[in-house]
This record gives sequence, structure tokens and C-alpha cells, in this order.
Amino acid sequence: MSNKIVSIRELKREFRMGAEVVRALKGVTFDVEPGEFVTIMGSSGSGKTTMLNILGCLDKPSDGKYLLDGVDVGSLSRNELAVLRNHKIGFVFQSYNLLARTSALENVELPLLYNSSISSKMRHERAVKALEAVKLAERLDHLPNQLSGGQQQRVAIARALVNEPVMILADEATGNLDTRTSYEIMALFQELNQQQGKTIVFVTHEPDIAAFSSRTITLKDGKVVKDNRNTQVRSAREMLAALPVAADY
Amino acid sequence: MKLFNLIRIALKALQRNKLRAFLTMLGIIIGVAAVIAMVAIGQGSKQSIQDQLSSMGSNMITIRPSSNQTVGGGARLDASGLQSLTLDDVKAIQKQATFITEVSPAVQSKGQVINGALNWPTTIQGVSPEYLTIRDWPVKDGISFTQEDVNAADKVCLIGQTVAENLFGTGEDPVGKIIRFNKIPFKIIGVLAEKGENAFGQDQDDIVIAPYTTVQKRILAIPYIQNIYASAIDENSSALATAEITDILRTSHKLKPTDEDDFMVRTQAELINTFSSTSQLLTVLLTAIAGISLVIGGIGIMNIMYVSVTERTKEIGLRMSIGARGIDILFQFLIEAILISITGGIIGVLLGIGASRLVTLFLQWPTLVSESSIMLSFMVCAITGVFFGYYPAQKASRLDPIEALRYE
Ligand SMILES: Nc1ncnc2c1ncn2[C@@H]1O[C@H](COP(=O)(O)OP(=O)(O)OP(=O)(O)O)[C@@H](O)[C@H]1O
Ligand SMILES: [Mg+2]
Repeated sequence: MSNKIVSIRELKREFRMGAEVVRALKGVTFDVEPGEFVTIMGSSGSGKTTMLNILGCLDKPSDGKYLLDGVDVGSLSRNELAVLRNHKIGFVFQSYNLLARTSALENVELPLLYNSSISSKMRHERAVKALEAVKLAERLDHLPNQLSGGQQQRVAIARALVNEPVMILADEATGNLDTRTSYEIMALFQELNQQQGKTIVFVTHEPDIAAFSSRTITLKDGKVVKDNRNTQVRSAREMLAALPVAADY
Repeated sequence: MKLFNLIRIALKALQRNKLRAFLTMLGIIIGVAAVIAMVAIGQGSKQSIQDQLSSMGSNMITIRPSSNQTVGGGARLDASGLQSLTLDDVKAIQKQATFITEVSPAVQSKGQVINGALNWPTTIQGVSPEYLTIRDWPVKDGISFTQEDVNAADKVCLIGQTVAENLFGTGEDPVGKIIRFNKIPFKIIGVLAEKGENAFGQDQDDIVIAPYTTVQKRILAIPYIQNIYASAIDENSSALATAEITDILRTSHKLKPTDEDDFMVRTQAELINTFSSTSQLLTVLLTAIAGISLVIGGIGIMNIMYVSVTERTKEIGLRMSIGARGIDILFQFLIEAILISITGGIIGVLLGIGASRLVTLFLQWPTLVSESSIMLSFMVCAITGVFFGYYPAQKASRLDPIEALRYE
């Protein structure tokens, strides 16, 4: 049990809106093993983002149990959750969420600033390494508005990696990008997963994105309706090579 | 998070909005500059009044006649016409007082002093040789008169700088010359050192000093004396000396216990205190006004910090999602507010010092920038930053990360 990254049991999340109660999650149970690449699919409003927020310790379940890397999240305070996010989670958002007028390097250094056990020298080294891993070594001093959407998302991925988290969470991380750039980002995620063994949970709408993962969980109305292991994982790198050079225009 | 990192983050945020940070600072800058300049002006005038008062001789005690009797329909007599002080009083003080080092009788008269074609209106002060010791007033050229001159009512005099300048040309030595005061010839035996203005703006150098006997007999034709000057053994014993003189004079004037004093004893220390307390009040008032402008500056900071927190809601959400605790966010915004107020404080102090210098330079007002006013302004700035920055920072720290991230 303790070697699982995520272990959730009968997880429920209700939002109280005055007299009305919105039940976004109605009892979800699944585990995530180390090194898995899981996509969460489902129609709009099915509870994917709610699920991911709980997995990322941004939100707490109304009921049920959640163990993250063996830690029972339900019993933790706001501050303890913040420390847990800092040490164990890396977030990638649909809208990148980079700090404006702040260089790529400083954006990537940000999570380490909140980790007082890391010296400024180590912080710099690790941020550079993370940006190298997302192939942006040449763009350390670029500001977000000097980078393309795909590059910005890669900076965001570097920021998610830099703390060496046990799990990377992405919410429609390719939602704002065109097909080619989406594949590039997915190729990066696959590399991180296959070569570095990073555990990834990836929320998406698109089945072709889900095809790059090793497992797909489908939600509907706050419940798991399907949990498929993907036997034929497609390689984003190969797909990318197969795309016509001027595919889009 | 380490404090150093927090300061770096806050500095970065301010750098991104330099103009706004500066405009926010402006309130604090003006407030602090006003405090520094106002206190400097207040302190400066207090200091200069004190200097001037002690230039009159800080241990000096003045005894004047005062009316204790009503005549006719209850009107009191004008003090200048009173004749209650005599030479016997001076002798009694000389003999009996233990807290007094020197005593001098004094009589004075206004008049025209003439040297050939030049003339000048001035005052002649008739005193004993001790007077110059009491006033702490050295003779620059020549010598002072002696007790023998007093006994013989010799027509000798000392003149002040102003009189010397107005009666004699440059390079001309007044010592040994004869001048006429109200037609009576006086031989100048010395010129006094320059003393400047006193606290009331009077030119102390516009004077002729002569033996009191000479002035009594040859100019005023009176047997009594108008004032007595004395000096206490030191500044601290002036109260004791006053009490002592009062006792001696009441005895020598044969006053009954129910009678009021027919004289007045004034010490220099009292004067200094009176002036100090008025300028103290002025300083307090000016500082209060300046303090109010600091509060307004603080409200400006609060306002901008609220705007800043709202504007940066998404940033706060992001920071929380990557592991910032509530307290990290609180400190980030608090430090930003403190940086604004302290930077404003530093600029304000410099500006205040500059303004004080300019006031001295162009208006010739004395100013004194005290370290304590700088320290105080600084503390007030830091406190202003903490106080007015706290609520916006607390608001930021209590945001829900999910809602903050979703904020557009
Ligand atoms: N803060 C909230 N307050 C009230 N209801 C909420 C809140 N957050 C989510 N919900 C509700 O919970 C349900 C699930 O929302 P969620 O955002 O998880 O859907 P989703 O699967 O991410 O949808 P999409 O694909 O459109 O992003 C929705 O019905 C939504 O209205
Ligand atoms: Mg969603």
C-alpha cells in the first residue's frame, strides 16, 4: 500500500451553494503506482478539475480517504498542505500561469524559493537543469511575453519538475496549443515518464492526447465509469515525425 | 521562506511597478520631510534662543523694583519711577548672600552721544566694575574702570562695538578719546568685545558703560538705583539665590510678613525655561501636523496594497499552488509595504535635511536636524508600513488557492 503514489478511497466532494448542494465527486476510488502516466477524461462538468485539485492538495475532500505518497492528506492543516504541495507535487496549468515580467529562470526557481533547505546556488543549478530538460537552455533570461505558447508551457513544466516532485499534475496542459505544439509537449511528458520515471496525472478532453498515456480513467457525473490500461501507448515523438512539415497551413 | 528571499520577491514586485511605488511613497516622503524640517526649525530656534539668553550671562539675576502699593484710586505706580532699591540693598546682598558671587547696582539713561561731528542715540548704563563679570563680558581694547573711579564718580566710560562703529571711523582708536553724553564729557578707557543681539532682538553692543555714581550724579541726579544685577555661583543655584535675595531685601526694606514684595527677582534660567516651553509647544504642534501627513501617506500605502493584492490574485494563487504558505504571502506583501514606507522614509529624511539647509541658507532661520527626529521618523515609517500593510497582506494570505488561480 505504501509504495503507491496515490491511493484514494470513496472520495467525495460536495459544494454547498446556499441551499443547493453540488456533488462534484460522488465516491471515487483508484490508485496510482509510481511511474504511471494516467490521463483523466470525461465530459465538461464531470469532476476532472475537482479531482485534480484534491490530488494536488489544493482542495480537501468532503469525505473519503486520500493517501499521497503514504501521507494521509485529510488530517493536514493548510500550512502542512502547502509544504506537501511544495515537496511532492508539480502543477502544469492550461494557461501556463507564469509570472509576468519575470525571466524563465526566475519563474522556474520560484518553487525552490519556498523550500528553505535549498541554497541559492542549488536553486540556480536546479532551475537551469530543469530548463535544459525541457530544451529551453537558450532562453533562461527570456520573459514570458518573449516566448511562444509552447515555450511558455515548457517553462511551466520545468517549474513543475524543479522540486523533484513525486507526481506531476496537468489540467488540460495542451488545451491552448495547436496540434504540433501539443504533440511536442506530450513528447516531453512521455520522455519525463519513460526516461526519468516521473508519475504523471493528466486531465484532457481529447482522446488522441489520452492515447499517449499508459492508463486512462474516465469520469462521468463525479464517478469513475472506465479505468483502462493502455496496451498500445503511442509515441508522441513518432507522431510528430509523421506530421507533415507544414501540416497546419 | 527565508527573509532574504522574501525581500527579493518584494523588491522585484516593486521594480515591476516603479512609478506606482514612487507615487505611493510620495505621501510618506512628504510626511517625513515635513517632520524632519519642522522639528529642525523648532529645535534650531530653541537652540538659538538658549544661546542668546546665555549670552546675557546664564547665571545672571536681575532685581527690579516693583510696586506693592496702590495710590489714589488703586492705580499702581509705573515701575520705572519706583525708588525702592538703594545702595544699602546692594551692600546687604554683598554681605549676607552665600549663593551670590558678584553684585552690581545699575542705573541707566537714554541720550545722544557725540564725537565731533558724529552723533548716535544710545543708552548709558551706570554700574560697578563687577557688572562685566556678571555679564561675562570682556574688554577688547583698553581697560575697565575701577572701584576708585566709582568712588570718585570719574567721567570715564567703556563703549560697545555699535557705538564705536558709529562714532569712530575705521582704523581710528576710540581708547583715550573724549565723547559727550548729553553734553557731559566722558573719557573712553576701553572698548567692549562684541556680544550681538539678545533674545529680544536688542543690540547689546549699542551701549555706553560708566561708573554708576557718575551716571547717578551727573546725568540723572538721583540718589537711588534702578536695578541690581547679581550672579549666582552656578546655574543650578539660581533658585536658592533668588530665595536668599528675597529674604535679604524684605528684611532691609522692613516689610511685614503680610506685605507684598516691593521688588522683583528674575533669573536667566527662568527666562530660558519660558522660551524653551513655548518653542517646545511649537515643535509639538508642527510635529503633530507632520504626523497627520504621515498617516495620510500610510493610508495611501494601504490603498495601493489592496489594489495590488486584487491585481495579483492569480499570482497569489500560483504561489500557493507551488507551496507558498499563508504566512509567506503575508510577509511578501507586508515587506512590500514596509519597503515602500522605509524607502519613502529615507528619501523623506534626506529631503527634510535638504529643506532645513535651504531654510537656513535663504531665510537665515537657525535649524537643527536632531538624530532623535530621524530615528523617530524612521520608526514611525516602519510602523506605518506594518500597520497599513497588514490588512491587505492578511487578505492576500487568506485567499483560497483554487479561487485565486481561477481569478481573471
Ligand atoms: N467552487 C465550486 N463551487 C460550486 N460548484 C463547483 C465548484 N467547482 C466545481 N463545481 C461544480 O462541480 C462540477 C465539476 O466541476 P469541474 O470543474 O471539476 O468539472 P471539469 O470536469 O473540470 O469540467 P471542464 O472539462 O469543463 O473543465 C461542476 O458541476 C461544477 O459546477
Ligand atoms: Mg476542468
